[in-house]
Amino acid sequence: MTQFVFFGGFSVMQPDPGLIFWTSVIFILIWFVLGRAAFRPIQNALKKRDSDIQHALDEAKRAREEIGKMQSQNELLLREAQEQRTAILKEAKEIREATIKRAEEEAKAKVKAMLAEAKTDIEHMSLELKTSIKNELGNMALDIAEKLVRKELKSNTENMELAQKLVEEIKFN
Amino acid sequence: MKVSSKPIIRIALTLFISILGFNSAWANEEGHGEEKPGKYDPVGTVMNHISDANEFHVWEGVHIPLPCFLYAPETGWSFFSSGVFEHGHKAVDRYVINHGRVNRIADASFPMGEVHIEGVHGKKEMMLVNGKEKEVEVFYAHHDGKEYKLDKPSTLDGGMMGGGITSFYDFSITKNVFTMMLAALLLIVIFTAVRNGYRKNEGKAPSGIQSFFEPFFVFIRDEVAKPMIGQKHYERYMPFIMTLFFFILFCNLLGLMPFFPGGSNVTGNLGVTMVLAVLVFIVTNVSGNKHYWQHILWMPGVPSFVKVLILTPVEILGLVIKPFSLMIRLFANISAGHIIILSLIGLIFVFGENGTNLGGGIMGAVLGGAFTAFMNLIELLVAFLQAFVFAMLTASYIGAAVEEGHHDHHDETHHAH
Repeated sequence: MTQFVFFGGFSVMQPDPGLIFWTSVIFILIWFVLGRAAFRPIQNALKKRDSDIQHALDEAKRAREEIGKMQSQNELLLREAQEQRTAILKEAKEIREATIKRAEEEAKAKVKAMLAEAKTDIEHMSLELKTSIKNELGNMALDIAEKLVRKELKSNTENMELAQKLVEEIKFN
Repeated sequence: MKVSSKPIIRIALTLFISILGFNSAWANEEGHGEEKPGKYDPVGTVMNHISDANEFHVWEGVHIPLPCFLYAPETGWSFFSSGVFEHGHKAVDRYVINHGRVNRIADASFPMGEVHIEGVHGKKEMMLVNGKEKEVEVFYAHHDGKEYKLDKPSTLDGGMMGGGITSFYDFSITKNVFTMMLAALLLIVIFTAVRNGYRKNEGKAPSGIQSFFEPFFVFIRDEVAKPMIGQKHYERYMPFIMTLFFFILFCNLLGLMPFFPGGSNVTGNLGVTMVLAVLVFIVTNVSGNKHYWQHILWMPGVPSFVKVLILTPVEILGLVIKPFSLMIRLFANISAGHIIILSLIGLIFVFGENGTNLGGGIMGAVLGGAFTAFMNLIELLVAFLQAFVFAMLTASYIGAAVEEGHHDHHDETHHAH
């Protein structure tokens, strides 16, 4: 008995034309309305966002690569600069050393020259001195000789004393 | 003692059921009066609950009338609200309401217009069904001491399921139609908001309702449409797949809601799943390319006699069987879920022996309540799962139809479905 009620009353398995009609109308309506107004725009927006994100990622990757490239370039430049600095310093050192050496040499040469000059001067002066001494001695000898000659004329003793005195005078002079 | 305790138990149990949102077993007796009072008919109650109806039963004694659009070849169109029937006490243009469904008095001697009737009652009668004598419940309306036989609305099962063409057609906004309209409205409101979210947040992260629905959308796109239909064609079918998925999902979820405006067994009705399956059939075969039809009608590389005898008939049958399986799968899963939950609730009345056994009723309530809570969780899973399965199989059928000829290794996977 129950079984018959079950099958007889199982109306969910009896397709109702009204329900079929309304289901078709409602489903086709939302299919077109939502497809046009929501699902397509959403799909396009998602697609656009996906491509935007991909684009942004690619861009970031590219920028990173560029930065990396720039960094390596900078490093190269830095290394070059360092090398240059080292070279400049080395050169400067060399120049300094050379300058010092040259200055030293020049100074030495100058000193040598000055010494030589001084030597010549001294030689000249000593020569001059000798000459003047000789002249002076000659003159003195002449003077003495003159005075001796004049005293001779008075007395021997007196001459002698005079001579002695003159000699002493020479010593003092 | 027994007499006085009975109403109290009834009230307590009715309250409990009202909280759960299911109308009690006595809904059948109330207003129809003809059945034996106090007799709980579990099968009839469950069937009545999963069936479509012309009014919304909110709780004991509270019904929301729905608009009726009825067509009888004899009398033409009739339009009115199902409220005019006064719960089975009035006939309008020979139409009466019987267990929430509009029936018609086929007898031309019954007066037209609004007529008071004493009630509707069912009788078990022997009838010839599919060439066999079977006992069938036939309903009669009482008027002026006479009995008038009631016709159920026409159905398109050709008598195979106990229905058939009768004296009228029911194009009303029934409970199921109402719920579908609600689902459609919800879908349109929600997805318009989601669409606006994409407009507002262009180039920004999603927010609000947009970010709630985006994972579903992306999941169906990336896990269903793209792999099944293929990178080249999937975009064209996205609106169809999405509408199928979300329409089925929303109808399933509304069906799980145990109170107004939910509780309708929409996707558990063969008429609804039939429409969806027929649309899938149409979309699939309209999309079918040369390669697809060649594989169905004249598979290359197979001897002619094999093709004529086995392969082509099987493939042609397959064209129909694929959407047919979609129709049955969704219908059976959702109906079964509703039947199990209603049966578990029915345990209260079975154990309570129609309100005479308080202890049994309480035991039934505890047991039935616990199992119903558990089943509801499973049904929640099923609601998502069946929507997903329907969308995925549809995508795979479309995928097979639009597949290009030169990817032979893909054929095997598609034919396996």
